[in-house]
Amino acid sequence: MATTLTEHAPHADAHHHELSFVRKYIFSEDHKIIGIQFLFMSLFFLLVGGLLAAIMRWQLAYPTDPANPLPGGGLFPETMVNNGIILPEFYNSAVTMHGTIMIFFAIMPLLVGVFANYLIPLQIGAPDMAFPKLNMASFWTAFPAGLIMLAGFFVEGGHSSAGWTQYAPLSADPEWTGVYAGQQLWLISMIILGFASLMGAVNYITTVINMRAPGMTWFRIPLPTWALFITAILILLAIPVLTGALIMLLFDQTIGTTFFASATGGEPLLWQHMFWFFGHPEVYILILPGMGFVSEIIAAGSRKPIFGYAAMVLAIIAIAFIGWLVWGHHMFQSGMNPMLGMSFMVTTMIIAVPSAIKVFNWLGTMWRGDLHFHTPMLHAVTFVAMFVIGGLSGVFVASTPVDIFLHDTYFVVAHLHYVLFGGSLFAIFGAITFWYPKMFGRMMNSTLGKIHFWLTLIFFNLVFFPMHNLGIAGMMRRIYDFTQYEYLAPFQGLQMFISWSAFVLIGAQFIFAFNFLYSLFRGEKAPQNPWHANSLEWTAAPSPPPHGNFAHTPTVYRGPYEYSHPDAPGDYWPQNEPGPAAPAPEPVYAE
Amino acid sequence: MGWLPEAASTFADSIDGIFYLILAITGVIFIAVEAVLLWFAVKYRHRDGRKAYHTHGNIRVEVVWTAVPAVLVVLIGVLSVRPWLHIRSPDSIPPDAYAIDMTAKQFEWNATYVGPDGAMGTDDDVTQRNQLHIPVGRPVVVMLRSEDVIHSFFLPEFRVKQDAVPGMEMAVWFQATRTGEFNLACAELCGTGHTRMGGRVIVHSADDFDAWLLAEGAGPPLGARLASSTDQP
Amino acid sequence: MRKYFDPFRLAALSGAAAFLVACGGGGDAGADGASSEGGADADAAPAIDPATTGTVVGTVTYTGSAPAPVSIDMSEEPACAEKHDDAPMRVPVRVSGDGGLANGFVYIKEGLADRDWGPPGGDVTLDQEGCEYIPHVMGVRAGQDIEIVNSDGLMHNINAGPELNRGFNINQPTNMTSTRSFARQEIMIPVRCDVHGWMEGYIGVMEHPFFAVSGEDGTFRIEGLPAGDYTIGLWHEELGEREMVVTVAAQEEATADFTLDDSTAGTASLGEPLVIHHSHAAGAASR
Repeated sequence: MATTLTEHAPHADAHHHELSFVRKYIFSEDHKIIGIQFLFMSLFFLLVGGLLAAIMRWQLAYPTDPANPLPGGGLFPETMVNNGIILPEFYNSAVTMHGTIMIFFAIMPLLVGVFANYLIPLQIGAPDMAFPKLNMASFWTAFPAGLIMLAGFFVEGGHSSAGWTQYAPLSADPEWTGVYAGQQLWLISMIILGFASLMGAVNYITTVINMRAPGMTWFRIPLPTWALFITAILILLAIPVLTGALIMLLFDQTIGTTFFASATGGEPLLWQHMFWFFGHPEVYILILPGMGFVSEIIAAGSRKPIFGYAAMVLAIIAIAFIGWLVWGHHMFQSGMNPMLGMSFMVTTMIIAVPSAIKVFNWLGTMWRGDLHFHTPMLHAVTFVAMFVIGGLSGVFVASTPVDIFLHDTYFVVAHLHYVLFGGSLFAIFGAITFWYPKMFGRMMNSTLGKIHFWLTLIFFNLVFFPMHNLGIAGMMRRIYDFTQYEYLAPFQGLQMFISWSAFVLIGAQFIFAFNFLYSLFRGEKAPQNPWHANSLEWTAAPSPPPHGNFAHTPTVYRGPYEYSHPDAPGDYWPQNEPGPAAPAPEPVYAE
Repeated sequence: MGWLPEAASTFADSIDGIFYLILAITGVIFIAVEAVLLWFAVKYRHRDGRKAYHTHGNIRVEVVWTAVPAVLVVLIGVLSVRPWLHIRSPDSIPPDAYAIDMTAKQFEWNATYVGPDGAMGTDDDVTQRNQLHIPVGRPVVVMLRSEDVIHSFFLPEFRVKQDAVPGMEMAVWFQATRTGEFNLACAELCGTGHTRMGGRVIVHSADDFDAWLLAEGAGPPLGARLASSTDQP
Repeated sequence: MRKYFDPFRLAALSGAAAFLVACGGGGDAGADGASSEGGADADAAPAIDPATTGTVVGTVTYTGSAPAPVSIDMSEEPACAEKHDDAPMRVPVRVSGDGGLANGFVYIKEGLADRDWGPPGGDVTLDQEGCEYIPHVMGVRAGQDIEIVNSDGLMHNINAGPELNRGFNINQPTNMTSTRSFARQEIMIPVRCDVHGWMEGYIGVMEHPFFAVSGEDGTFRIEGLPAGDYTIGLWHEELGEREMVVTVAAQEEATADFTLDDSTAGTASLGEPLVIHHSHAAGAASR
């Protein structure tokens, strides 16, 4: 295999026939360009999802208040915002599409589409993916799926409004929601996106198995690639289940089947079982890659080997296995057999253990380290701090009796945002700032990065921590106007506080967007290895790497986390540096 | 700031008890982990001349921090089993529970009380919209159905929540511990009017409940029902 | 349970949403009553000479025993309850002292020339006040804008369930106006509020302008009818449908008095097609 790789000496290709602009940047087969395409696409959807959240938060701050009309409400048609009042049907659409877009078009492609594409070949020492054309097809399938999803906002009847979980029969018949084409576009878009994910997953798995550079044994693979590899397996097994369910739901919508309609023999709970059989592995799809990035950044930022590398890998694998056995914990109150609920409670409790192992190992990595708090490190350490909160709040809802009260309340909203925002999104910000110099050959501005980080950290907590309280007080999620309930009306002050914190939080993201775009053109030129890290993308390829990545296929001599090794010359020891060298007296790390 | 709503059913003690137990356990872990994280972040921050300690880990501590969380979550799981079965197992429904039919539809709760003939499902049954009248100190079993989409029957003060799924009939039982007016809410997104799908639970004393039944033209008084149901076994 | 299946529609959906919007917008014209197949073009439609038209007047009378009004418990909406001087009631058969039956929808069912009856004219208003629809029964032209007004200032849901038209299911959380329309002729479209289960109203949609709703005294009047023989239809939510034949002479008043007893109570057929439309799915857009 290694010989095949060298024969294809990729840098020679790049020199010998220049690719046209279209082939190089648009219909590109280069995994790095495809990763960057996903990056731009998913950052755009992150913006859309954030704006949808702002609309929801306005309604929650000023529920149906003519004195406080939605700013810019006049831009919306009367079917969405009437006289500045956000209508319930549009609010439900905003709730649905915020969830859908953030999960499927922002977080998931940011974690997997961007970094699995960009990092896997670079970290394992491969010139590209195993199937470059399939990789291109993956992006050019995901992109139209995104357009179709956006189109749903512009059709008669509005966009899908059955929640991102699309519980049937609400989602199965327009009679219940008044949504026609929007619902069908939602389903079609998701089916198409599923194919994009599958093409990507096949590629990542094959590449990791077959295309590792000489010496890159399984236990020398950097943790981001490990996490992405396991994630790809989850995608490969979970997405087909979702796609099957989606097709059944589309048939219910269009040709009059009744898989999920009870009146004619269908079964509403079947949808929930199929959705969550996909949906819970999906939750881990959304967190495992972030855990991988954070491991990489914390090790490099602490100048220490990752504490318990093998435990980390085994924890990822354990989460991936047990993740298939916990879907029922979303359905404790659904009418599922209470005995089954008990079994799911047990598996759910067990899956907390590998997550705990990972947290303790990150702490162990920081212990007696030499911590450099650059922007990526700030985000990575915050990931650990926030993931702890999201993990611990999960224990409340895992306990079936407590879940009776907390199910479908803001407590769940707080929990999932501590995992998906406090966890995944902080990991993504860390990862983007960490690998940005490799992607674009320039550093992101550190001052702007730190301002963005602190504002995000503070206002994220001001937004989501009080939501625990709302949930404990019994406030239901997905409620358009909570003041309709006497016992919830007193919380308007707190909701207003949360909303204004959310507006600042969303506003702070524009600092990141500005930094991202500004640094593309004006950022400081990046050296090959600005973080003094060990893995191949830093030690064997320039910033940015050329088409084909490596001038010569690198050979790997050691694991990726040999920081501050007594036998190494500096405080880091590249994976591809041959043999042990004489120990140096002082570390030469400079920030 | 929000905290658990006032408690008005016999389930509140056990559910709130486990809630506080989890809060105590996770609270200690939360404070400990965040404190250690902050302490490390300050203590080991980069200073000129600091060299990190090279280690790949330690099997013994890995075992410890695997075992301790495992024991804690198993403990929480075990403690959750009994209240869960007490609340949810069909076997736990007291045989003398007063039965009320509850049909959910977009966007209202229709509670049906047995008519004077003592049989549910006959013409003399009495149905009321968005109001649930129950007696205090007597188990009540609500037979929950949905006509259209999934709703969720949520009584915050009673710590009761159960989805109403079309095509299924769920028996939900509980027992009020105090008289007064409480909330009935829909907790599952059920359409555009979901936010208005609320109602009131009115808990009467046993005598008042009989008087209310009489006034509404509904069923035999509770005293009579209880007497007849105790005759049966 | 409406099901829309049409391979073309499915293909259009998956292909491009913009195309779908265009498709929906273009579907407005597809109604049989005034289709261009008859040779009459909208622009070419000659104005009707008033000298050639007559009037139909009549009274709808009910002789049976009216079902007792049912009281509505509006205690959960005090704002609505306050707007009613007496206890709010649902009156399915509203009869005046001398037997006049209100809320009957009277329309020309057969006999009109196959022609274009011109633009539908101004807006009509459907108000929600005191948690009731005002008017309870109304007629509109196909394509005519219906201004749905929420005068109550509390949350109303307006769920129109037509068979032939595209329905809508919208909300008005506070005082506001929403405008909707129906593209095709249909007798009758029920409108209900799913938040206030007692609220119900009915809308008749006609291609032509010759329809009326009987008033409190049971009388109705349809003007401007070209002279000729007509079948006049009557629809009532509880008492079902009737029809009778009248001859209208120019500049004269023809009389069409309906007398109903309770023999057909409960046979009202909601949404039964007045005109059979063959194309079921071709974008009957109401907006």
